[in-house]
Amino acid sequence: MNEPYKMSVETQAAPVIEPGHTFASVTDKISSIVLTRPASNGWFIGFGIAFLATMMLLYAIGYLFIRGIGIWGVTIPIGWGFAIVNFVWWIGIGHAGTLISAILLLLRQEWRNSINRFAEAMTLFAVACAGLFPLLHVGRPWLAYWLFPYPSTMGVWPQFRSPLMWDVFAVSTYATISALFWFMGLIPDFGTLRDRSTKKWIRVVYGMLAMGWRGSARHWHRYETAYLLLAGLATPLVLSVHTVVSFDFAIGIVPGWHTTIFPPYFVAGAIYSGFAMVLMLAIPIRKIYGLEDFITTRHLQNSAKVMLATGLIVAYGYGIEAFMGWYSGDRFDAFTLWNRVHGPYAPWYLSLLTCNIFIPQLLWIRKLRTSPLGLFIISFVILTGMWLERFIIVVVSLSRDFLNSSWGMYYPTRWDYMTFFGTIGMFLAAMFLFCRLLPMISIFEIRTLLPQAEGKASEAAE
Amino acid sequence: MKRDPIYGMMAEFDTPTALLDAAHRTYEAGYRKIDAYSPFPVEGLAEEIGFHHDSVALVVLICGIIGGLTGYLMQYWCDAVSYPINVGGRPYNSWPAFIVITFELTILFGGISALLGMLALNGLPMPYHPVFNVPRFSSASKDRFFLIVFSSDQKYDPAGVRSFLEALQPRSISEVPS
Repeated sequence: MNEPYKMSVETQAAPVIEPGHTFASVTDKISSIVLTRPASNGWFIGFGIAFLATMMLLYAIGYLFIRGIGIWGVTIPIGWGFAIVNFVWWIGIGHAGTLISAILLLLRQEWRNSINRFAEAMTLFAVACAGLFPLLHVGRPWLAYWLFPYPSTMGVWPQFRSPLMWDVFAVSTYATISALFWFMGLIPDFGTLRDRSTKKWIRVVYGMLAMGWRGSARHWHRYETAYLLLAGLATPLVLSVHTVVSFDFAIGIVPGWHTTIFPPYFVAGAIYSGFAMVLMLAIPIRKIYGLEDFITTRHLQNSAKVMLATGLIVAYGYGIEAFMGWYSGDRFDAFTLWNRVHGPYAPWYLSLLTCNIFIPQLLWIRKLRTSPLGLFIISFVILTGMWLERFIIVVVSLSRDFLNSSWGMYYPTRWDYMTFFGTIGMFLAAMFLFCRLLPMISIFEIRTLLPQAEGKASEAAE
Repeated sequence: MKRDPIYGMMAEFDTPTALLDAAHRTYEAGYRKIDAYSPFPVEGLAEEIGFHHDSVALVVLICGIIGGLTGYLMQYWCDAVSYPINVGGRPYNSWPAFIVITFELTILFGGISALLGMLALNGLPMPYHPVFNVPRFSSASKDRFFLIVFSSDQKYDPAGVRSFLEALQPRSISEVPS
């Protein structure tokens, strides 16, 4: 008799926002982090470390400008190396931010209101890190503008039939739209910060950013239309970006690249790693800034479920790759598969399977999905796994192509590592600054989550 | 023409429901030059003050189409007219290969026009606006809801509007200097 009741209590999800909040309390709570809370020692230490890593990145780039990309481990046959591995990894991480802000908005998943702001910031910074790599990898970064079709005295144009050109347009459109979407969401909150700040100059700065936003009903009407349309445009965009990234490989004929499963499995992998990064950021942020009321267990759990689902799609992708290696009867494809398991990079491939497929199956356990520490660790494992995946795709395929005479091995140099860890530093430094300077949770969207936000049209209207 | 020293009369409410109700009754009473302010989008509020359609969607549609045409024609002109290159024997106008950039530019133009169109139609950026002269209005971005009757309204007379707004039982009423 009691059984069904007990069941329903157990399966009841945690709330999106803890009860007891008012419009004023959510406003004060989130805006005070920016306006009144002093920066702690922990913040300075964390930012300091990230800043030093950014300086290391600048050093590595500076040396690269002087000496050229010969300082990296890239060489023939492995001409892509870390640069492309890191590019794909970073841009994939960015995808979760757009998924949360655009796709979940269209699907009316209101829980996304508490995490979309910093997920979008994460997207923006991740895309910035991603964009650096191809830019440096072109060899003469000061001529990177040749990628764009501008009327030059040489009279030639980019070759638009190349997937690498598609990538230029996809990634630069993605960066632009992500920045617009982020800024647009911030406008009403800039207005809040302008009205809350007590110091004149802070008021002026946020006032300029708010551009005179005053919350008029007409403005909100147009704002919501524009926001929805932007979400509608960003949704196919985000799916297209990683599809185009996968074309960089799939359009080529290298064994292990030339396959039609790449676009869907790249997109799923991108969201997989992106949600892992969202959790790695959300878990410390909610703890340190006491935002557990807004980023609840529900958010952690939902993100874990998304990771589980996309992780299974990725596993399916690996499965199909293996199956096609056998079924196609193509001896080079078959060899690629054999080489992954038995070749010189076998330990990398086995770690990839462990990180991306086996360990994340622990997410089936409910206790783990609600444990911040457990999720933090699993997210780290997934991010590592997704980096390894790109390494396997880029390096292993190039190291063993059609002719044994052109086989080779890839040895990353210290400059490769400095550049890679340097971008992680740059990403974290930007996140540290973001936490202090901008409201990291969308205040106006949190207000709409409160029960008292339900405006009832009056009886007089009837 | 000299500007009216008074911009309008403003009433403050505690809840979105009260504001919706007040907006409805003000519009019913025949006031047309009115506006309502809230700290988050309140469903149906724009309709209550007589604002039904915005043209943001139209702007985005037009700019999206322009973006798509730009994308395709640019590639066609560059690779088939201005400097035709034979790549792997494919036709100069190889449209399947041009789809990706056509799509990306559609999104880019549409997305930029969504933000800029919204701002332009809203008349933003606007460095000065009279409503900010009311000290209490700073709560409009926090937890209060405001209704204003502009002095440009045909039915506007200070005493009449004030007594009408008082009947709506607001939390406070202020005259807005322009």
